[in-house]
Amino acid sequence: MDLNKPKTIVDKIWKKHLVHQEEGKPDLLYIDLHLVHEVTSPQAFEGLRLNDRKVRRPDLTYATMDHNVPTKNRDVIKDQIAQTQMETLRKNCEENGIKLADMHHPDQGIVHVIGPQLGLTQPGKTIVCGDSHTSTHGAFGALAFGIGTSEVEHVLATQSIWQERPKTMNVQVEGDLGPGVTAKDLILAIIAKFGVRFGTGYVLEYTGAAVRKLSMEGRMTVCNMSIEAGARAGLISPDETTVDFLRGKEYVPDGKAFDEVAEEWLELATDDGALYDETVTINAAEIEPQVSWGTNPGMCVPVSGATPNLNNVEHREDVERALDYMGLKENQPITSIEIDHVFIGSCTNSRLSDLQKAASIVKGKQVKTGVRAIVVPGSFSIKLQAEKEGLDTVFKQAGFEWREAGCSMCLAMNDDIVPPGGRCASTSNRNFEGRQGNGSRTHLVSPEMAAAAAIEGHFVDVRNYSELVS
Amino acid sequence: MEAIQEHKGLVFPLNRTNIDTDQIIPKQFLKRIERTGFGQFLFYHWRFDDDGQKRTDFELNQSKYNGASVLLAGENFGCGSSREHAPWALLDYGFQVVIAPSFADIFYNNALKNGIIPIIMDETQLNQWMKQAENSEFILDIDLEKQRIIAESGTEVSFDIPAYHKEKLLNGWDEIALTLQHEDKITAYEK
Ligand code: SF4
Repeated sequence: MDLNKPKTIVDKIWKKHLVHQEEGKPDLLYIDLHLVHEVTSPQAFEGLRLNDRKVRRPDLTYATMDHNVPTKNRDVIKDQIAQTQMETLRKNCEENGIKLADMHHPDQGIVHVIGPQLGLTQPGKTIVCGDSHTSTHGAFGALAFGIGTSEVEHVLATQSIWQERPKTMNVQVEGDLGPGVTAKDLILAIIAKFGVRFGTGYVLEYTGAAVRKLSMEGRMTVCNMSIEAGARAGLISPDETTVDFLRGKEYVPDGKAFDEVAEEWLELATDDGALYDETVTINAAEIEPQVSWGTNPGMCVPVSGATPNLNNVEHREDVERALDYMGLKENQPITSIEIDHVFIGSCTNSRLSDLQKAASIVKGKQVKTGVRAIVVPGSFSIKLQAEKEGLDTVFKQAGFEWREAGCSMCLAMNDDIVPPGGRCASTSNRNFEGRQGNGSRTHLVSPEMAAAAAIEGHFVDVRNYSELVS
Repeated sequence: MEAIQEHKGLVFPLNRTNIDTDQIIPKQFLKRIERTGFGQFLFYHWRFDDDGQKRTDFELNQSKYNGASVLLAGENFGCGSSREHAPWALLDYGFQVVIAPSFADIFYNNALKNGIIPIIMDETQLNQWMKQAENSEFILDIDLEKQRIIAESGTEVSFDIPAYHKEKLLNGWDEIALTLQHEDKITAYEK
């Protein structure tokens, strides 16, 4: 290999983690960080036990409880099967010496929120988790991807994984996002433009001025939804923003050691002139706040738009089925859609800045009568910080419920459920049929758009809210 | 994982695109800590109404598809969540082969780990089979070894599958055991 040839960040991370390579086979890659949660791990630990195998590197493994946990009263868990699943995780972690942030631990939170918050997530690391939104960690310039339970077992046993070298795609975002247009709108617009499959087989690298200007929170939102484009992973080359975010975090070195490691991180960035297998381009200046209307994240339009016209769509039957499920008609203006639920939370949009922005919209206003609105911080520590800033009061005074950290209404495995036929403006990442509860209808939006919808009872263009324009 | 060389079975056509793993197995059934028993929950909200009664408008509930073990589906099958409960449910229900124009990456991998053969097939051919399976009892014979699908009429179509995946399916190998053959290299890497 030509040493001077410009390389992508994926090339560099891949090379550093190669354990074994053989012609005609996937590569065996070393895994630096394995994140574990209660839902996709029990069968993996059971598999180890049945084969008398051990966890190879408990020190590179970190577990939390997020999917099942109640967000109201944590002292009584009504759901016995969920309780068993959490209990199983506790036992598995104890037996294998794995650190666990359980329901009552100060570091508890959604797995993709706490990794970065603790500084476990770092540039250049290979990170896996039995969860498709592991792509979130790519925001730091890590190669992070979701795996199934068999692979969880494999990583527990061997700290490595067989991976085919993915192709790379440069997702170039030119220009600047307008006021009131967020990272969420950017990624929704990308998926709407290129489709829910365009990333299949690729690692997406987001580049361009608009991406550089995003905060780490915004970058996480973008990378989080790479999986909704079908991508194996999504990432962003590290820069000073990345380094600043990580400085002082619990699991990164401090002092001089930090400066040294930070220098290595910055060197990981894709070299000028490196070649990608594919490049797509989108102009940030043209993006409006987005609202999904259908049953996959690609079924999404600008807030000024309308549901599709059935005469000009591909796969007409699928579009008809989606409209029917959503209780919508063709050509229906987005701003005419009335909602009865609002969910601000999930690994896509539950970080402090998300909550701050939503709070700035609802401050001094009231949630529309008939709308149930909840805010679920991404982690216990975010909740504490938000409370310090008085955000909980702002939300509560406006009529929102203020909850404990967890996945909550993103997938409705606990009690936080949108009822059949209910319609939710949600800051989460999936609008699949029944995702937020059987028969529920989900519209994916940014925290600002969700907050404004809570106040108005229907979708509005948040750019018309004076708080943002000023 | 059980080895699989060949599979012959009744075809069920599910002509929808982007079937996500939330549809294959809804979240309320992910709380179990076993790998087994998920078949009863496969496509749960498509098969059953809110009272748990079978929906007559979902094709899989028609008696002519009883015992189906080959699933035909639209593009991007298995997108969304990484839950391996999806292939567990398919397999437990009886599906041994899934044929689609494309698969989501994680599902494709998960299927292979459980001895389900995921086959990528050209859409024109697939649509032809979909029609046949909608109109009459339609059986396909999948020969993994020879990478061939044979319809009862005698027509034969070949398919691609990466050699290393094929080998693992044919032999039902335990992947962890295979990897541990390279343990010295893992240890060397850790130094
Ligand atoms: S918040 Fe939603 S998408 Fe994120 S990890 Fe939890 S369930 Fe998955």
